[in-house]
Order: sequence, then structure tokens, then C-alpha cells
Amino acid sequence: MRNTSTKAAVAFATAALAAGALAGCSSDAGSDDASSGGGDAATGGTYTWWDPYPQHEDGSDWANRVQACGDEAGVTIERTAYDTTALTNQLLLSAQEGTAPDVVLLDNPAVSTLADTGAIITMDELGFDTSAIDENLLAAGVVDGVAYGIPIGANTLALYYNAEILDAAGVDPSTITDWDSLNAALEAIDGAGSRAITFAGIGTEEGSFQFLPWFWGAGADLTELNSAAGVEAVQLWVDWLDKGWAPQSAIQNSQNTAWEEFLDGKTGFVENGTWQVNSAAEAGFETGYITIPAKDGGAAPAPTGGEFVMAPAQSDTARYEVTTKIVECMTTPEGFVETADTFAYYIPPTADGQAAFLEEHPDLSVWVDAVKAAKGRTSDNLGTDYPLISEQLWTAVQAAMSGASSAQDAMDAAQDAAAAATGE
Amino acid sequence: MTTTIGRSATGNGSPAPSADRAGAHARRIHGSPWIAVGFAAPLVIYLIAFYAYPLIRSIDLSVHDYNIRAFVQGDAEFVGLENYVDVIQSDLFPTALWNTFVFVGVSILFQYAIGLALAVFFRNSFRLSGFLRALFLVPWLLPLIVSASTWAWMMNSDSGIINSFLGAFGVEPINWITSPDTALLAVIIANIWLGIPFNLVILYSGLQNIPGEVYEAASLDGAGAWKIFWRITFPLLRPVSAITILLGLVYTLKVVDIVWIMTKGGPANSSLTLAVWSYREAFGTGQPAFSPASAIGNLLIVIALVFGLFYVRLQRREEH
Repeated sequence: MRNTSTKAAVAFATAALAAGALAGCSSDAGSDDASSGGGDAATGGTYTWWDPYPQHEDGSDWANRVQACGDEAGVTIERTAYDTTALTNQLLLSAQEGTAPDVVLLDNPAVSTLADTGAIITMDELGFDTSAIDENLLAAGVVDGVAYGIPIGANTLALYYNAEILDAAGVDPSTITDWDSLNAALEAIDGAGSRAITFAGIGTEEGSFQFLPWFWGAGADLTELNSAAGVEAVQLWVDWLDKGWAPQSAIQNSQNTAWEEFLDGKTGFVENGTWQVNSAAEAGFETGYITIPAKDGGAAPAPTGGEFVMAPAQSDTARYEVTTKIVECMTTPEGFVETADTFAYYIPPTADGQAAFLEEHPDLSVWVDAVKAAKGRTSDNLGTDYPLISEQLWTAVQAAMSGASSAQDAMDAAQDAAAAATGE
Repeated sequence: MTTTIGRSATGNGSPAPSADRAGAHARRIHGSPWIAVGFAAPLVIYLIAFYAYPLIRSIDLSVHDYNIRAFVQGDAEFVGLENYVDVIQSDLFPTALWNTFVFVGVSILFQYAIGLALAVFFRNSFRLSGFLRALFLVPWLLPLIVSASTWAWMMNSDSGIINSFLGAFGVEPINWITSPDTALLAVIIANIWLGIPFNLVILYSGLQNIPGEVYEAASLDGAGAWKIFWRITFPLLRPVSAITILLGLVYTLKVVDIVWIMTKGGPANSSLTLAVWSYREAFGTGQPAFSPASAIGNLLIVIALVFGLFYVRLQRREEH
């Protein structure tokens, strides 16, 4: 009796497993069809859309805006959101399997890498003229003179300050125009008993992103990490930590963590991005921002941030017609301004868009200037070499700040490793 | 699969002539090799899909030069063992290997020692002992992202609770996760805390299997607690200890999450283990390098396998 029931259980389990396996297969096949096939293009149908904004859920302003673009083109858009790193990996896998989405929004340094794989098509093929877009912002999407995407907006870095702490220390932010005046201000804040500055030195792309304004502002170039100017930029950060002007935690801070530290109300300055404008306005103290100063004065070129809209290659090229309409909806001047409003932090990448944007938000002109002065990380013809150099850069900056090696030694080692990695 | 078929076929063949007709008929249906295949199939398919294929794919990745372009277009160049040579000759390899060795060794030592001490402690049931034991399982139940982030906060140089606690005794603040001297120690401490429940649970259940009479006899003979532990508990627990340590080794070798969340292997690669290195190559930079990543991963598998074989030998010797 017992034996039979065991057998029955095993048989049942086997059947269930088999059924499960079958169901798994069939549902897989179904989704394959949905994303790659679906031939009846222009007249309705479903178009897939991936973006790196999981914080904007279905029903949010952003999701509705995406859907509206689909409605305009007469199709339904199926939107999926991943975080940035996951999105890159998903995109590579789907490109390998031929199931790439119709439209994808992706962080700008990844564009040249993807273009290199042949997984995305050029803007020419979609029939777009990219000449109106600010050159410094488009640069990240250009490989060998061909544009593979259009920035849907741009953001960059600046120095936010806590006005109350600066007042207490007798610092006037408008006098900060170069590194010397910045250091003097930091010393004054430190002397007044507050923490002077915080930033994100984490060992990821974010760390390089935060370091680049100082690196470029010193006049250094990514092709020569261990130049005197490059080492000087590292030394600037190292000194801030050594003098106690910046917290030790800056070495492992992400940009969000650095921002949280600032919101505590005990820190004078924080290096952060356009995307914190709303949060700064809601802080429990008065805030302001200045552009990051270059070493010898003027605004340092900060790296551009922000996503590009791209079209992955499809086996059914008839789909491109509708894809064009969807992309167009995102990239007209009105479209740019609408994106900027939805996100509250995206500066339009064209002169027309910026003019329209400033009409609505005259107070954000500092950011428009900062974005115009900004520089793409993959520009200077670095393209796919940039991620390799960046990895060495953040490692070196961390090594110097943590005291593992001197700024000069760290950057020498980084330059050697970067040269080896990029094969020069 | 083939052995199953072969065995049932011979089993079917030899007794058939002597049996009567009806019996032979029934046996033929029951003994049909296809039924055996049918029952084995789900398991075999499962093993192939979830064990063999990933392993083969990982080896495949590691002997080709899969840059991103090749990954998408599927035309990676075959490079033989070049990725392995590159990895082993890399400046990072000695660092990562040593860090892995220290991370695994120290973690296991303390996890096991503390887990065993707690298991022996809880063997004597007392009021609330069940509740307390359950509390010790908390590290296991918490999502890793929560516990690792919490450790990172507690070890914060400027505002972490550990430094303020040490400060109360006049100890200078320690830059736990931001100094290359202590970053590895910091992740080891967190990992030990994380591994104690596992050791506690397995060793505790091992203790339950030691018959109470042995202890009774020992105490009648006048053995003290210390002697009882070393002469009875520890030797009788040896098989359970061996498997606990082996599993702990395998788990700890492949730890990525806690290190990644706390330090990302930094600063300056001071807390970089082989597993974290592999993860960073594949997913941690803007330029995924799957081939070196899988080469490192395969080296880890080999290391784990060596320990596994060592365990099997040890067990065999124990049996004889």
C-alpha cells in the first residue's frame, strides 16, 4: 500500500515536472514571437521599449508619456524598465538572441560600446538629421562620424552648497572661481566647525564621473592619466581627506550616499547632479549651486550624463517606420521640453529646446550653461576605450585617497594598466 | 542513462526463460527500458539544462575571446588557454588569490568555532533557549542587501556605530571599509557573522545524534566538561564537522554579494577576492569581459573541486 502511494507520488511529480517544462518552453516561444516577429508593422501592433528608469512605474508621468508617443504612432508600447547595468546586460543578451526591443534608452557611455557590436542602427537609417543637436552632447553617440542615438536630455555635475553653513563661515559662494578660492572656502568652513565638502569616490563608473570635472579642470587628458595635471587633480581630493575637509566615507560613497550626507545639514558643499534640483529645493535648509571651478578659473568641463534613445537592429526592417515615429516624438523641441518637465532635471540638447525650456524655467540657466560646457566621457575619440580607462582611473583615485599609494604612483600604475588594456 | 538501460535489459533477459508465460509478459511491460528512460528523463534533462550546459558554456566562454561584439554576433575567436594565462599572469592574481585564501580561511575558522561553541551551549536546554537559538538565525533570514548595507553603515568611518563604541574606550576611529589595511578584515567580520547560523544549525543537529548514554558514562567516570568536549563531543562530531566545513568552504569561495555591496573589492583592490574579481570583469565595468570572468570562475570551480575530492578521500579513510 505504502509502496503504491509512493509510486503514485513519484509519477505525479514526474508528470508535473514535465508539464512545467513544456509550459516553460511554450511561454518562451510565445514571448519570442511577440518581440521579434509581429510583422504587421504600421497598422497597430506592439512595440517594445526598454529604459533605465525603474523608479517610474506604470501609470507614472513618464510611463504615460511613453505610451502617448505610441498612441501618436498608432501602436501600443510595451515598456520594461531595468536599472542601468542590468539594462546593458539584457540588451547584449537579447541582441545575441535576436529579440532586441524596438526602442531603448541607455546611459551615454554605453552607446559607443553597443554601436561597436552592430546591435543598433544609425540615426541616418531611421531618417534623422542630428545636426541641430549640441555637438558636445551628441558626441557620446557618434562613432566614426556616424550618430547611433539622440540624447533625450542631458545632465551634469555642479557643487551644491548649504547656504546656512557658508554664511556661518563667512564664505560668499560667488567668490569661488578657481581651486585656490575653493580651498580657502573649504578651510573657512572647516575652521567654523562644519564638514567642508563631500563627494562620491566609489569604485565604479560613478567615481570616475565625479572625478572627471577636477581631472579635466586641471587640464588633464584621459589618454595620459599620469600627467602632472592629472596627478594634481588626484592630490586635490587626497588633500581634502587628509585635512579632514572631506569625510573618509567619501572613498566608498555613491552619489546618492554623498547626497544623503549633505541632506543631514552638516556639510558645506556636495558634488552632485542636475537630478537633485528638486531634492535640494525641499531640503530643510537653504541651498544653492555653483558650477565646478577649473584649476585656474572658469567652469570646469563636467562630464555629460543622460540617456540616448536608440533603435536596436531588427530582422524585420519594416518595423523601423514606426520606430522612427516613436523616436521623433521624443526628440522634437516640444518633446525635449516635455521630457525635461517630466523628469525635472533633463536639459534639452538642442538650442531650440533649451530656449523653450528656459522660457518655462528661467531659474535653471546655470544648469543650461553647465551642460553646454560639459564634455562627453567617450568623446576625444575614446569610444570603447573609455570604460577600460575609467576602470583604471577610479581604482587609482581610490588607491590614492585610501593611502594605499601616492597620487603619482597610483596614476602611473593606472596609466600602465590602461595602456595595456586599450592595446597602445 | 545508458547504464540504466543496460542494467534493466540484462535484468529482463536472464530470468525470462524459467518464468511462466503470464509472469514473463508482465515483466516485459514493467521492465521495458523505455519506462526506465521515461522516469530518468526529467532528472537527466534537469541535470543537462541546469548543470551540464552552464558548465560547458562557462568553459566555452573562457576558451574564446568574447568581447562584446563577438558576444552579440557569436563569432568569438578560439584562443585556447590564453584567458587563463592572462588571468594568472595578471598583477591582480596574487592579490586576489591571497585575499581569497585569507577571506575563506579566517571566515571558516571563526564561523566554525563560534558555531560549535553556540551549538554546545544550546545543547543544554534552558528557559528561552529555543527562542535564543531562533534569534541566532536572523542573519540567515535577512536579505543580503540589507545586512551588507547595515554592516557598511556600522563600519562608516565618521558616523558608524562601531567607531563611536570604540571611541567610548578611547580607541582612535578605524577606517574600516575605506582603508586598504582593514577593508578585507571588515568584509571578513561581516561574513563570519553571516555564516554562524549555518554552522550552528548543522552542528547542533549533529550534536542531537550523539547518544546521551555516552555523556552519562563519561560523567560517571568523572570526566569534566572540558574533557567531555575534547574526548567525546569533538571526535563524535567529526563527520558532521567535515561536511560543515566543506560546505562552508564552497559557499565562502564564491561569496560576491557581501563584498560587492560593502567595498566593491576596493579600495585599491585590497578586498578583491577571485569571485569578486570575476564578477567585476563581467558586470562591474562599462565593458563586460565575459571570457576572463569565466576563466576566473572556472579556476574557482577547480579550487572547490580539489577541496571536495580531499573531503571524499578523508571520508573514505574514515570508513575503513
